[in-house]
Amino acid sequence: MRRFLAGFAAIAAALIATTQPAAACAGLIGPNGAVNLLRTTTFAGYHDGVEHYVTSFQFAGGSGQFGSLIPLPGVPDKVEKGGAWTLQRLIRETNPIPKGVPLAFGVADSVRSAAQVLLEVRIDALDITVLKGGGAEVGQWATEHGFRLPPAAPEVLDFYANRSPIFLAAVFDADAAKARGQRIGDGTPVHVTIPTANPWVPLRILGLGKNADDRVDADVFLLTDQRPALLPYPFANGMRLDHSAVATTSLLDDLRSDKGMDWVPQSGWLTKISIDASASQLTYDLAVDAKGTSPSRVAAGLQAPASQTGSSGQPSSDQIALIGIGLSALGAIFLLRKSQPVIG
Amino acid sequence: MIIRTLVALALAALAASACTTASAAPLPTHVGIRIHYSHFDQTKIDVPMGVPITFTLINDDPIDHEWLVGDESFHARHRAGTEAIHGDRPNEISLPPFSVKTTTLTFDKPGPLTFICHFPQHEAYGMVGVVMVKP
Repeated sequence: MRRFLAGFAAIAAALIATTQPAAACAGLIGPNGAVNLLRTTTFAGYHDGVEHYVTSFQFAGGSGQFGSLIPLPGVPDKVEKGGAWTLQRLIRETNPIPKGVPLAFGVADSVRSAAQVLLEVRIDALDITVLKGGGAEVGQWATEHGFRLPPAAPEVLDFYANRSPIFLAAVFDADAAKARGQRIGDGTPVHVTIPTANPWVPLRILGLGKNADDRVDADVFLLTDQRPALLPYPFANGMRLDHSAVATTSLLDDLRSDKGMDWVPQSGWLTKISIDASASQLTYDLAVDAKGTSPSRVAAGLQAPASQTGSSGQPSSDQIALIGIGLSALGAIFLLRKSQPVIG
Repeated sequence: MIIRTLVALALAALAASACTTASAAPLPTHVGIRIHYSHFDQTKIDVPMGVPITFTLINDDPIDHEWLVGDESFHARHRAGTEAIHGDRPNEISLPPFSVKTTTLTFDKPGPLTFICHFPQHEAYGMVGVVMVKP
């Protein structure tokens, strides 16, 4: 069985800023390791064996380049600019605004060197590269490309590479964003299409780059054909089920009307998972069985893969099929500011 | 009574001698330290004073590390330092990904010195160890 891991860490969820201002989370590792936190929102829809992952990279000001490295469950077919309102609409669905407040909905989005480069795409001020390789290879690629990975990165990269050797590196060029007229808080939505067997959301990676007591806040929206089964279950350690219900027709119609979202089915199940945890609590991932039966313990990080592929191997065929339902995680990012002198 | 006292004294002397012998066991002059998953595989190393000690430092990780050994004022300086790369001084070693470096130091004072990687977050992550210099 083809195994996929899924995962994503993204930087930023600009959209949430409108509904949940400050406290939020997602982190960039900047100069001297300083971490700025912003909340992250991600959408992972799964239909006809394909995962559609949408997240947003937020322009947080400053200059130079920042990046993130995100584990993926498989090789994406396509990486493109996401629709303008998908994430906002999902937030509205589960956090209704009070009556009388005008909707902004519909408004444009302002919002070891052996690693193999599979795909390179430029989206606005984002340079996106899809890589294939083990943890060591991808880590070295990142280092050679100016990423300053946090100290936990070698172990975490191996943790994910042992399940899926596919990673997405996103480098945000703040100077280019400024030149494009992007303002602080503006987001660039990215839509990744990944054929895979089941959704899966990496959560452990959200704590990467954070201290043990740092908070991780993220929202993950899942859209599946039917009610999914999830692991770990029952929820604990900062993971909370905020919404689980048949997706409303109005939501599905709205999502379908956004750019690149015509795949959205006529019916489905909407799940919202909120993460409000310390980094040290996030020792697990979220495994999803889209058919509602038995999610994989391996996918949830509760059990090691039967045969680990090491830092450069291919996924083994008996490893679970996880689908990456993307996830958002700013904290998950190994972000660095390029050309920053390091201390010492 | 006298015999018993003499035996006790003899045993005590033997024990003291044994202890002396044990503590005088040769301390290493070649030390290997491996870095894996951003941790030193040795965090307490005893070395003799006044003798050249050769350290072989192995970075197994795909990320940069460094090995800086010194006293507290030395580390306080490096925590706020801005040197991107070390290499001119034998107690300040930069370790690129998957690299091996060797350095030789002679410690002229007894007591503990600390070795730390001062890259952002690395010290807090646990990249700290002690070299105990023994007279």
